Amino acid sequence: MKRLSAILWLLLAALPASAQTLTLKVGVLRQTHSRETLSLLDIPATDDGLAGALLGAIDNNTTGKFIQQSYEVIDSKLDQDATIEKEINALIDQDVQFIIADLPAQNLLNASAIAKKRDALLFNISAPDVRLREEDCRANIIHIAPDHAMLADGLAQYLIWKQWRRWFLIKGSHAEDELLAQAYRRAAKKFGAKIIEERLYEDTGGGRRSDSGSVQTQRQMPTLTQNAVGHDVLLAVDENNVFAAYLPYRTWEPKLVVGSAGLTPTNWDAAHEQWGAHQLQNRFIANYHRAMNARDNAAWLAMRMIGEAAVRTRSNRPADLLTYMLDKDFSIAAFKGLRLTLRSWNQQLRQPILLSDGRMTISVSPQEGFLHQTSELDTLGYDQPETKCRLK
Amino acid sequence: MNKYLLILIFVALTFASPAAAYLAYVSNEKGNTISIIDTDKLDVVATIKVGRRPRGIELNKDGSELYICAGDDDAIQVFDTKAQKIIGKLPSGPDPELLTLSPDGETIYVSNENDNLVTLIDIKRKDQIGDIPVGVEPEGMAISPDGKLLVNTSETTNMAHLIDTKTKAIIANILVDNRPRFAAFKRDGSELWVSSEVGGTISVIDPDKKIIKQKITFDVPGMSKEAIQPIGVSITRDGTRAFVALGPANRVAVINAQTKEIEKYLLVGQRVWHLAFTPDEKYLLTTNGVSNDVSIIDVASLKVIKSIPVGAFPWGVVVAPQ
Repeated sequence: MKRLSAILWLLLAALPASAQTLTLKVGVLRQTHSRETLSLLDIPATDDGLAGALLGAIDNNTTGKFIQQSYEVIDSKLDQDATIEKEINALIDQDVQFIIADLPAQNLLNASAIAKKRDALLFNISAPDVRLREEDCRANIIHIAPDHAMLADGLAQYLIWKQWRRWFLIKGSHAEDELLAQAYRRAAKKFGAKIIEERLYEDTGGGRRSDSGSVQTQRQMPTLTQNAVGHDVLLAVDENNVFAAYLPYRTWEPKLVVGSAGLTPTNWDAAHEQWGAHQLQNRFIANYHRAMNARDNAAWLAMRMIGEAAVRTRSNRPADLLTYMLDKDFSIAAFKGLRLTLRSWNQQLRQPILLSDGRMTISVSPQEGFLHQTSELDTLGYDQPETKCRLK
Repeated sequence: MNKYLLILIFVALTFASPAAAYLAYVSNEKGNTISIIDTDKLDVVATIKVGRRPRGIELNKDGSELYICAGDDDAIQVFDTKAQKIIGKLPSGPDPELLTLSPDGETIYVSNENDNLVTLIDIKRKDQIGDIPVGVEPEGMAISPDGKLLVNTSETTNMAHLIDTKTKAIIANILVDNRPRFAAFKRDGSELWVSSEVGGTISVIDPDKKIIKQKITFDVPGMSKEAIQPIGVSITRDGTRAFVALGPANRVAVINAQTKEIEKYLLVGQRVWHLAFTPDEKYLLTTNGVSNDVSIIDVASLKVIKSIPVGAFPWGVVVAPQ
């Protein structure tokens, strides 16, 4: 049987390349993000993430028309965790072999197990959990989104460069907040900063909107930040939009806020314009009439990586594309000033981290002086010698 | 009385300058100005206010007009080099960045990044006369010395599109490395060099066979691969030597254009963008976007002999014939 398929494949390969259009179907499997955000500006649009993949497909199709390749996006919304197997199989039944996944960590791991049975390749565009790149890494997941450690290191390098080494950390009460806090504790140790105090902000539930004004918040935040001795910055750790955005300008002492509000590390920001990024922002706004967020950008980049690998290999097989993406010749341009590549040991995209205040890109890490023997981008996050990942 | 005498002396001196003095034009991306450098004095002699975000600049054949891509004004401005003022504009479409002129001087080809088009402009009629659809984010533009072959590079598609100027149709799409930004022909038309900013390479293309015949890579000791980002390319008239600006590596690579071996790296200013020879090829000028200056390379000795402060974020550079 194996031999037969090999012969068939040879026959197919012998056909003239221009005779047929090579089609790549890409699924977008997404779980809607909470609309409970502190700022109205952060409420996710109905095409959140999806729009980035669609723009990537438009870009790939422009290139594809020169070499007979065609890209198609199939959107799949996951409303209940329980239906994930059904959704993935439905995508694959439509000949989808690449899945851009906007899923929380555990669902991503479940998706990986299901996709493995049917040889599909996943692209993680949002889950920042370090464990997905470390002890729970998977051979059929490529991580486009930076993890907590890369984000924390990106911010930490800038704070060190500014000589703001004394951090007052306030974290939320969710499990994800603790994961992010761990990344900041690690970054402090790695780069020589000191967390002078940690406080907890308990999420007592309830909504974000009210018409009663900001009087309460204005009184609560100073109390929350009172009597923290000798800090340079206040580091907010809030993965669920519970309190961080309330902190700037309301602290007890006139201190800067960094982390989940104020100066924030991210893979993309709607205000980023350097290195030709303005062109991508223009294209996105023209097509989808809104600003491109971090998930949109990661989805666009996943699609571009699929396109880049398919154009170079002239293949639509996940195994061929993955092999090429892990090759030393692979790189992708992403409007961040230098080429991005994959870390071979855990399939995480190496990338600069933007530091944004929501209005401007304030700086981009790695910062000057943080050196590395192979790539300065590997000063961000877990490096090869310390990895626990064994791809399987 | 003294004042008039001084002016007279100044005028006399100006006209008495040696024959090899050329004028170089430098576009200052954030300064919204053009700095004019006298290549004999090696100094800025005038700074002219132009449109917003000037980047790509080209001279017409006799050097009487300078065409300036004013990106944020969505136009190509026409600058009279004698009167030293803007005398009009050409309809480029949105955000023009780089342009090239047909050898007969009648047509401008400009890359139109937002619409994935190369736009043709008739200079005399000041009108668009056609579009050619190309890949995503068209950027680098070059025309073969015989005027038959137009090249456009598309930054996100990563191709050099070879276009027949007569039929205005693409005749070949050549895949190059990531983010191709600039294209330059050898004077005899035998080779086309395309720089890939993010890929970090130069693809040397055989324009007849329409294939890449060689790739040039760079290795600057003590510098990470990611920092080496080739952009501007200048090849000597006799085709023996090439210079490549390496962007944030702050260096210009000197390449034997026959063997393609790298002879030397010259340290210039920060974030070097584009290059231009003086017509006698005595000097090569480089625009250094971050350090706000122009480095002067003495071509014979391969030494950087001076840096000249110009406007904010210098980008393009051309030198006028006399």
